[in-house]
Amino acid sequence: MPEPVLELAEVNVFYGAVHALRGVSLRVNEGEVVSLIGGNGAGKTTTLATICGLLRPRSGLVTYRGADVRRTPTHVLVGQGLVMAPEGRGIFPNLTVEENLRLGAYTRRDKPAIAADLKRGFELFPRLAERRRQKGGTLSGGEQQMLSIARALMGRPKVLLLDEPSLGLAPLVTQAIFATIDQINKEGVTILLVEQNANIALKHSHRAYVLETGEVQFNGASTELRNDPRVKAAYLGEG
Amino acid sequence: MAEVSLTTEVLQYVTNGVAKGSTYALMAVGYTLVYGVLQLINFAHAEVYMLGSYFAWYQAKWAGYLPDSKGARAETVPLYMVALFVAGAMAACALAGMLIERLAYRPLRNAGRLAPLITAIGVSLLLQYGGQVVFGTEPKLFPTFAETVVYDAGGVKIPNTNIYIVVTSLVLMLGLTFFVNKTRPGAAMRACSHDMRTARLMGVNVNATISLTFAIGSALAAVAGVLVAMDQPAITPLMGVRIGLKAFVAAVVGGIGSIPGAALGGLLLGVSESVVSGLWKPVYSEAVAFVFLIVVLLVKPSGILGKSVREKV
Ligand SMILES: Nc1ncnc2c1ncn2[C@@H]1O[C@H](COP(=O)(O)OP(=O)(O)OP(=O)(O)O)[C@@H](O)[C@H]1O
Ligand SMILES: [Mg+2]
Repeated sequence: MPEPVLELAEVNVFYGAVHALRGVSLRVNEGEVVSLIGGNGAGKTTTLATICGLLRPRSGLVTYRGADVRRTPTHVLVGQGLVMAPEGRGIFPNLTVEENLRLGAYTRRDKPAIAADLKRGFELFPRLAERRRQKGGTLSGGEQQMLSIARALMGRPKVLLLDEPSLGLAPLVTQAIFATIDQINKEGVTILLVEQNANIALKHSHRAYVLETGEVQFNGASTELRNDPRVKAAYLGEG
Repeated sequence: MAEVSLTTEVLQYVTNGVAKGSTYALMAVGYTLVYGVLQLINFAHAEVYMLGSYFAWYQAKWAGYLPDSKGARAETVPLYMVALFVAGAMAACALAGMLIERLAYRPLRNAGRLAPLITAIGVSLLLQYGGQVVFGTEPKLFPTFAETVVYDAGGVKIPNTNIYIVVTSLVLMLGLTFFVNKTRPGAAMRACSHDMRTARLMGVNVNATISLTFAIGSALAAVAGVLVAMDQPAITPLMGVRIGLKAFVAAVVGGIGSIPGAALGGLLLGVSESVVSGLWKPVYSEAVAFVFLIVVLLVKPSGILGKSVREKV
């Protein structure tokens, strides 16, 4: 079995009395795209927040590159290459596209490499290059999503956490974004992808976990889950 | 004495006002920085200013520069000692500001906006009355940090203390602007003021950045405390109350969250107070701040340089 780069074991998370994650276990191996799918309120965002140290699990283990990270602050994890593009994109609306991107490199000090990565980001998303000096808040939803991903890449992630990149986007824009996600993965970045859009997530991931009310219901290879009648019925709008 | 022309008189009030306004501005940035990052009005800021004066006073006392028992002011303190005292007061106030944040505000970080606000008033009162217990209620005479020299610029009298006040404030404000806009910790402060959660996801150590914000604001308040005490040498534990209120109004008038706004608000307020007080009646100058406040809140609630969209710095 390959070494997991990220692993959750029997994780329980509460918001006060709300039991949001109920014994969630999942693993992400080096080089994979793993998707985490589920409906509204299933606990997907909670899972990502727990991984990157914004929430503390009441019990269970979270390991990143072999180390227990349950008490590691978020900013330290970012410095170690665990970077999230959050739900709703989290663009700084009053900063320009370029300023947003530069903040993505906040943990880094290697100026020439940052400049090179900025250039690389603009190659990956030419739309952003055209809008370099435009305020983040004036971008369209799709452009903001591109900026959010490009900004996360500026942190040189080893593992990239993406929270609903397709949220509120037209199908064509979603297609384009997922094509880029494939490309980012091919360049060596491990990806944990959260989606409500199970269809596209299963097409663009190697393995998947299905979350329902804080519990993992199914998991397996994405191609298999796409043909699983239960998944088809509940998440793919078929059957 | 020759008759002074009205122009000269007004110029006199304006120059005095610029000095006064500079101290307001130094204080106002403290309110604005903290508000920008936490949306908290740190009422205890005025008391940090008071502490700055006392810290400098105690250092002067230990170094043997205090007035004697008959109240005669002692010899002038050499410049390098003054610099040492100011640096000491800045460091002590920075520490005090960080402690206040750590002990009083951080535990309430997720408790909404009202609880920290009330806590801030509580800390402010605690320091006012604690100060009276520790330092005594009697005003203390601040040592002579600079022999008074009054320059004459075409009939307008400019005391050297005013020059020190304006130059020091200007240098510090420019330094702060550079720091916030051009350095890494400055970028962290700006990111936190826009959106703390996203700043954290960019790898910003949010707690350290908030501590830094308090440290900087408090160190500037310490400088203001020393500068004002050089000019009006009686210091008391309640000395922060009035200037604190004025500086807060200056910050709101200029646009709370904006550093240039704090500078502008401070200067506007200082100059108008001085002109009103000179040409009219000193008691009326006390009302100027509130007239400004009301007018600005009616015309542009976000302040002169404040952004009307929902944003913070
Ligand atoms: N701050 C909070 N306080 C209390 N309950 C919360 C909080 N955040 C989330 N929850 C609850 O935890 C559960 C999981 O929420 P979460 O945001 O993780 O869902 P999600 O799978 O990301 O949903 P969506 O697809 O709508 O984004 C939900 O029942 C939600 O109501
Ligand atoms: Mg979510």
